[in-house]
Amino acid sequence: MKKSARLVCFALASSVSPLQAGAGELSGYVAVEALGFVESPAAGATSMQHDGYVSLSAEPEYYTDWNNGDNSLTFSPFVRIDGHDSERTHFDIRELSWTQVADDWEMRAGIAKVFWGVTEAAHLVDIINQTDLVENGDGEDKLGQPMVDLTLIRDWGIVDVFILPGFRERTFAGDEGRPRSLLTVDTDAAEYESAAEDKRVDFAIRWAHSVGDWDIGIAHFSGTSREPRFRTQLGGPGGMTPVGLVPVYEIIDQTSIDVQASMGGWLWKLEVVSRSGQGERFTAAAGGFEYSLVGIFESNTDLGLIAEYLFDDRGDTPRALQDGLSSASAFQDDLVIGSRWAFNDIDSSEILASVIIDLEGNGYNYSVEASRRFGDNWKLSMEARGVADLPDDYNGVLLSVKDDNRLRAELAYYY
Amino acid sequence: MRMLITGLLALLPLLGHAETAEEKGFAIAVEVDARDTGYINSTAEMKMTLTNRQGQSSIREMRSKTLEVDGDGDKSLMIFDRPRDVKGTAMLTFTHKEGADDQWLFLPALKRVKRIASNNKSGPFMGSEFAYEDLSSQEVEKYTYQYLRDDSINNVPVFVIERYPTDKKSGYTRQIVWTHQTEYRAEKIEYFDRKNSALKTLIFSDYKQYLDQYWRAHTMSMTNHLTGKSTVLEFSDYKFREDLNDRDFDKSSLKRAK
Repeated sequence: MKKSARLVCFALASSVSPLQAGAGELSGYVAVEALGFVESPAAGATSMQHDGYVSLSAEPEYYTDWNNGDNSLTFSPFVRIDGHDSERTHFDIRELSWTQVADDWEMRAGIAKVFWGVTEAAHLVDIINQTDLVENGDGEDKLGQPMVDLTLIRDWGIVDVFILPGFRERTFAGDEGRPRSLLTVDTDAAEYESAAEDKRVDFAIRWAHSVGDWDIGIAHFSGTSREPRFRTQLGGPGGMTPVGLVPVYEIIDQTSIDVQASMGGWLWKLEVVSRSGQGERFTAAAGGFEYSLVGIFESNTDLGLIAEYLFDDRGDTPRALQDGLSSASAFQDDLVIGSRWAFNDIDSSEILASVIIDLEGNGYNYSVEASRRFGDNWKLSMEARGVADLPDDYNGVLLSVKDDNRLRAELAYYY
Repeated sequence: MRMLITGLLALLPLLGHAETAEEKGFAIAVEVDARDTGYINSTAEMKMTLTNRQGQSSIREMRSKTLEVDGDGDKSLMIFDRPRDVKGTAMLTFTHKEGADDQWLFLPALKRVKRIASNNKSGPFMGSEFAYEDLSSQEVEKYTYQYLRDDSINNVPVFVIERYPTDKKSGYTRQIVWTHQTEYRAEKIEYFDRKNSALKTLIFSDYKQYLDQYWRAHTMSMTNHLTGKSTVLEFSDYKFREDLNDRDFDKSSLKRAK
């Protein structure tokens, strides 16, 4: 056994002592969600999709610490049970991690979640965790990722080194699920570039620093892409009919930078990524600002105005490349305009409305999210989301969700 | 430059010059600050009771840690426990003697650290009658001063001074502060909004002294005269000179604040 490995084992053995642990703390929520669609599915009358869905979800969290908080353990499972979509009915361990804190370093081992980035509409640099896409179309829900994360704290910034043993497949809606691609993604048929498939060990490193009004991060990820490309699955009579999509997970290298500057009421934001390994190298960027108006109309309401420009080399029309894999992004040349209303009332009422305008004339994405608390423990969230104004000859990635304008309501009980 | 001028002004009485109201007000603020210097760090539990005009109330619970910084404003980390939907949300603030404070918020659902625009100081804290600026560290440099008169509150002799925020983003034109004449601690503050009308009154009570020097009010009651709403902020379990340093007030500690 190498000396360093022995040291880690010693550190684990000496610090993980459940007898020392104080009483832990349990918190979390249970929620019921209703999802309704305005139009019939784009896939047509033969579609197995529905116009309404009801589901239940729960995410408890247990936390305990010892050694005056220098060691801690967090366990947070998640479950959703969906009335129709067997793929959306799923269980995940969002977090099961142990943390050791010292003066100039920290280590976390286990399953955990990490967020990188600054922009609002697209989360380009955020790459450690896989997207739990069946949860919500906004892609902000993530699956727990097995990791060892070593954090070094220096005067010149914070360096995080990640060892990521094992890969989580993206979740996709099943035949009865909505919204989804016209052809269902067959997650059981997933293909990998790595011979180790989903057992490959991936790596990432990130430097982050705050200097005055600036927050800066530079990162590199080397491993299996969280975002798959797709191969069309053929079947049916003669085996020539497209019957599904196969996700193909290739090995990529992605370098990123994210910058934020805070100047009075202005937050200026920029994220840029460059990725190789999925056909041609490409660049994607998101940049813009959020401007805060405090106490508008002589009320307690704060209004945040958001404008961001989104760019992606890949374009938004899936092209069948030589290797038979398509790749595209809906946000190749798009402008985001949004506003965030925080009413600063007892119930923390909030409204976030945004529209992503395709500058090449290919329609727009819109979303309106509102939430408020009822009493101390209940929270109601409402959301409208969809796409509009796609041209008749549109053949881009949003085609499959063009009739998926939807309303969502969730009532959650927090404890 | 202002420090130089005020330093020179402070010398003027020695030359036989009568102390002006500005000088006297400033001297009281400097003494208040001096008496609260040297506590190094502290932790406390906070409970806020928000009550509206109809008498309905709502509870907030937080834990706070504060670190004194040599030559600048305090650093503080506040962790929210209640209401339960914001449990685990944490706020890291670096106050500065001059210029805007730095503030970051940790959102536990997304594990995201977000920088907060620095112009929000006049906004309500957690929907309460306290603005962020009412709760942030009260640095001498954040106001200019004018002594008004001597007075008494509940038979306690007090100095009454008026102070004017130097930051244009402040929600106030002026504040009147009643300061204990021997202990140099605030007993009462009246806040005047940008239209110079009486907006809120804050009463400090249940003072306890720590380390034989540092007075801490355990109840702060804020009443808004325009809306009829009030907020009572209660502190408990104060601890001083704990094992805390800069590392407990950085973005890494913000991410694992529980």
